[in-house]
Amino acid sequence: MGSLRARLTPYALVLPGGLWLAIFFVVPTLILLQFSLMTGNEADGYTFTFAWQNYTQALTTYWPQFVRSLEYGGIATLLCIALSYPIAYWIAFKGGTRKSTYLFLILLPFFVSFVLRTISWQFFLSDNGMLLGPLKDWGLLPADFHILQTSVAVVGGLTYNYLPFMVLPIYVALERVDPGVVEASYDLYCSRTQSFLKVVLPLSLPGVFAGVLMNFVPASSDYVNAEVLGGPDNTMIGNIIQDQALTVRDYPTATALSATLMLALLLGIFAYARALGTETVLEAAAR
Amino acid sequence: MDQRIDPAPPLDPALLRGLTQRRYDRRDLMRMFGVGAGLGAAGLALAACGVKGAKQAPATQDDVAKYWAGKKQNGHLDFATWALYMPTDHAPLTAFTKETGITVNYQEVIQDDPSWYGKIQPQLAANKPIGYDLMVVTNGVELSKLIEFGYLAPLDHSKLPNFAQNADPIYKNEPFDKGNVYTIPYTSGYTGIAYNPTYVKEPITKIAQLWDPKYAGKIGMMKDPQELGNFGMLVLGINPETSTQPDWTRAAAKLREQKPLVRAYVQQDYTKSLANGDLWICMGWSGDIFQENASNGSTLQFVVPEEGGSIWTDNMTIPKTAANPVDALMMMDYFYRPPVAAELTEFINYVTPVPATKDIIAKDAAAATGDNKKTLEALLSSPLVYPTDADLSKLRHYASLKTADAQKAYQDTFLPISTG
Repeated sequence: MGSLRARLTPYALVLPGGLWLAIFFVVPTLILLQFSLMTGNEADGYTFTFAWQNYTQALTTYWPQFVRSLEYGGIATLLCIALSYPIAYWIAFKGGTRKSTYLFLILLPFFVSFVLRTISWQFFLSDNGMLLGPLKDWGLLPADFHILQTSVAVVGGLTYNYLPFMVLPIYVALERVDPGVVEASYDLYCSRTQSFLKVVLPLSLPGVFAGVLMNFVPASSDYVNAEVLGGPDNTMIGNIIQDQALTVRDYPTATALSATLMLALLLGIFAYARALGTETVLEAAAR
Repeated sequence: MDQRIDPAPPLDPALLRGLTQRRYDRRDLMRMFGVGAGLGAAGLALAACGVKGAKQAPATQDDVAKYWAGKKQNGHLDFATWALYMPTDHAPLTAFTKETGITVNYQEVIQDDPSWYGKIQPQLAANKPIGYDLMVVTNGVELSKLIEFGYLAPLDHSKLPNFAQNADPIYKNEPFDKGNVYTIPYTSGYTGIAYNPTYVKEPITKIAQLWDPKYAGKIGMMKDPQELGNFGMLVLGINPETSTQPDWTRAAAKLREQKPLVRAYVQQDYTKSLANGDLWICMGWSGDIFQENASNGSTLQFVVPEEGGSIWTDNMTIPKTAANPVDALMMMDYFYRPPVAAELTEFINYVTPVPATKDIIAKDAAAATGDNKKTLEALLSSPLVYPTDADLSKLRHYASLKTADAQKAYQDTFLPISTG
C-alpha cells in the first residue's frame, strides 16, 4: 500500500498544475488548431474539412504584417536589452541599500493601466504637443515633422511597455553573481573589462534569455501600440487577428493566423536557445 | 535463528529514486505525449461534428402576439447602453422608477458593436438570457445579424403609443428595420467631414477634398468598414443603400488611391487629434464635434458634404431571451415622451428622433440663465443636433447587408484598406 501511495504522490502533486494547463492551455490550443482547418460562416456554422487553404490564403494576404510584427518585436527586444542591462547592472552592483526602492520605481508604471500609459504617449508625442511643439517653435524641426503614426512610435511604445520585463530577469541573474567570483577573477589578473566579459556577462546570460522570452513573444503579438501609436503602414499581425476575430468574425482566418504566429515564435525561440546553447542556459537558470 | 538484518531504509525509496534518477526518461515523455494525443483526439471528435450555425428562424410581425402572450411586468429592468447616453444624475431613470415602480439597473457596458455582439452572441445562440432586457445597438452588420439570426423580440406596437405619436416619420421606415419590427431609435447622428479651421484655410464642402494632396499626412478616415466604404462610394456618386459588390470594388480602388495621403484610419479618438492639429481634416460624427467644441472650447467645423453624408441610428431593442421584456418595452415608450426626450437631448447632444423636443428646449433656454442658457441656445441653433432640411436631404443610409455572405464580402473589400 505504502509503495502505491509513494508512486502516486508525484502525480498527485502535479495534478492541480497539470489540470490547469490541460484545461486552459492544451484544450484551447487544440480548439484553435481545429478552428483553423474549418470552413463555413457564422450563420450556417463551421465544419471541419481539413481546410489547409485557410493557412495559405491568410499568409498570402497578411505576410507583410507578419514580417513587420516579428521585425518590430525583434527591434524592441534588442532595444530593451541595450537599455535594461546597464540599469539592472547598476541596481545590482551599485544600488546598495536602496535596491528595492529602485526596483519599485521600475515597477511603478504598472500601477497605471497598459492602455492608458500608451495613450499618454499619444498626447506627449502629438505633432504640436509637449515635445514637438517647442522644438518646432524654435525652428529645430520642420513644421510637418511627426512621430505619431510611424514605425518609430510603435517600436518606441513596445520598448517602453516591455522594458521592466527585461530589467527584472537580468537583475535577478546579476544579483546572484557571487562577488567572490568577481574578486577571484581580479586575483587571476583580469582587468575590469575582462572580468565583466569573462565572468559577469556569461553568468547573467540566463537572465537575458528569460528577458528575451518575456519581451519578444508579447511584443511581436501586441496590438495596442500599433493601434494607438501607429498609422496605416504600421499594422501588426495582432491587429489583423483582432479584426478577423471580432469584426469580420472569420474564425478560421483568425485562428490560422494565431497558430502560425505561435509556431513562428516557438521556432524563433528554439533557434535562439540553440544558438545560445539551451542546456547551459536552462541549467544556469535553474540553479 | 537467521540473523537477517533488516535496517530501516535511510530514505523513502521514492524520494531516493527521485533524487538519483533523471526526472523523465524517454518512455515517460512518450506517455505524456500519449495523453496529449488522447486529449487531441477528444478535441478532434468534438470538431468532427463542426460548430453549429448561429442562425435561428427570425420572428415576424405575426409572432408578436405569440411572443408577448403571458409576459408580465416584473418591476425590474436591466439596461445596457453606451457611455454618456444618460444625464449623470440618471434623473430620467429615477422619474421612471417613481412613476412605474420599476427599478432600473443602468449599465454603460457597450463600447462598440462588434465586441458587444461577440459577448452576447453565445448566450443568444443557446437561447439563454444575456442579463439585459434592453440594449442599444447601432444599425450595421451586428444589428443585421441580430435580426437575421432571430435573436430579437418582435415589438408590440400597441404598447408604444408615445413612439407612434412623437417619433419623426423618417425613423419609422429605416431600411435596416422597416416598420420598426425589432427596434426603435434611441438617438441618431450623421457622418460628415470635420476640420480644424486653424489649419484648413478654405471652406470644406466636398468629400473630394479629402483626396487633396495639399492635406497629405493630415487626413483622417474612419477605420469602420461601413463608414469608410460609404465615403468611398459617395465620392463616386454611388448611393451606399442600394450598392452592390461592383460598386464596393470601385470604391475600394478609389480609397486605395487616397491611402498615401491618409495619416490614420481612426476609431474613437479623432476629436482630440483634430483639436491639437495631428489631423486637420477627418471623417467625423456630428455629436462628437458638438461635444468637443462645447466641452473644450475648440472651434472645429462640421459639414455634410455635397456628395452626401451617412446617417446612422442607435436603436433600442429587446433580446428575445430577456427576463423582463414588458418592463423594457415600457421604458422604450417612456423615452418617447417629449419632456423626457428633451432632457436626454440636452445631455447627449446627438440628433433626437422626437422633433417636439425643440419647443421644450426653447422654453428651458428662455427660463435658464448664464452659461446654461448659452449652451441650450447653441444646442437649439446647431445643425449638428437639429439638422437643416438641406442637410437631411443629403444624408444616405448604410449599405444594406442582410446576408452573412454580403457582410463578409463587404468587410473583406474595405477592412484591408486601413490595415495595409
